[in-house]
Amino acid sequence: MARITAGLTTSHIPAIGAAIDLGKTGEPYWKPLFAGYEWTKAWAATEVPDVVILVYNDHATAFTPEIVPTFALGCADEFPPADEGYGARPVPVVQGHPELAAHMAQSLILDEFDMTLLYKLDVDHGLTVPLSLVYGQPEEWPVRVIPLAVNVVQYPPPTGHRCYMLGKAIRRAVESYGEDLTVHVWGTGGMSHQLQGPRAGFINKEFDNAFFDRLVGDPDNLALVPHLEYVREAGSEGIELVMQLIMRGAMGPEVTELYRFYHVPGSNTAVGHMVVRPSDVFVTD
Amino acid sequence: MTAYTSEFDDIPGTRVFTAQRAKAGYNLNQFCMSLMKAENRERFKADERAYLDEWPMTEAQKQAVLDRDYNAMLELGGNIYFLAKIFATDGLSYLQAVSTMTGMSIEDYQQMMISGGRSPDGWRSVKDGS
Repeated sequence: MARITAGLTTSHIPAIGAAIDLGKTGEPYWKPLFAGYEWTKAWAATEVPDVVILVYNDHATAFTPEIVPTFALGCADEFPPADEGYGARPVPVVQGHPELAAHMAQSLILDEFDMTLLYKLDVDHGLTVPLSLVYGQPEEWPVRVIPLAVNVVQYPPPTGHRCYMLGKAIRRAVESYGEDLTVHVWGTGGMSHQLQGPRAGFINKEFDNAFFDRLVGDPDNLALVPHLEYVREAGSEGIELVMQLIMRGAMGPEVTELYRFYHVPGSNTAVGHMVVRPSDVFVTD
Repeated sequence: MTAYTSEFDDIPGTRVFTAQRAKAGYNLNQFCMSLMKAENRERFKADERAYLDEWPMTEAQKQAVLDRDYNAMLELGGNIYFLAKIFATDGLSYLQAVSTMTGMSIEDYQQMMISGGRSPDGWRSVKDGS
């Protein structure tokens, strides 16, 4: 049986990818940010899952104004890094896990989550920046990845509650897969930020840290927070935080917080990162 | 207009990209997507007006692009992730382009972010003045 053994959240700011690719991680502006991921890189080196289900959003890269899928699952063999206008990031092609993805597609749709299925997908910074933060700059990524793209660009995005329920359905899907696989679920995006209008640059540390507290300890109520509150308290692009509820739903009722990091700024954005373990999972060192 | 969409209008300095705005901005955003191809970026840079005239955009949308008036582009149905293709073509970062919407200089905006970002106080609600 496949099982979920850890969850992770992280911001996926494009400038972080550029800093890594251009060798600027030691510069004074970036150094404290990357230092915040050192614990995770060490942890990730000792605990490599077979598959990462990576929840992220496309930023007008694969999805044009012509199509706006709310939830889209990457079912292909591999996913090339996209050219977002500056040239493609110099990172490895992302290898998928089409067998588990096909099983998830069936399980989720029969569980009444009407997924869009993607058999061709170029992945942008939303997916590749988290991989770089956790795994550095390897020749090949050490894990297979199933992308799960969520619309958080055009309103309405899915509700926090729907995301949380999808996470729970992902847990059921993984646990009903026959092969022994270890799976991590990553919920990326956030924290507070606004990239538009006179209010741009909006940051709310209190909201962000309370969000993390509730994500760990009170997800049932956190899932009921309406979109209006996200925009008011976390900025128009802070709505990405709903994607972290997919990760949380997939962890089961209780989690143990292994690590947390918070830093302002990464470009226009508050950087937040957390690693959690489902409380029913025991890992021997 | 439903309560869902109109409630966002109470948030100062913000244009939420609703399905209604997406429809109004469809051709503007499609033009932006075309700039993901290098050959199109070259043609646009060579004669911006002529390139824009190939698209069924409104005159106001075209003028906002020519002026690089990002607040106007948002008002006319643009979304930042599509508009990013314009400022990428101009060689600007998100931070540089976003700062132009705030009325601040790039340097002042950058300093505000390094100092912890824009405080939520006074930026939550027009109605409540909070």
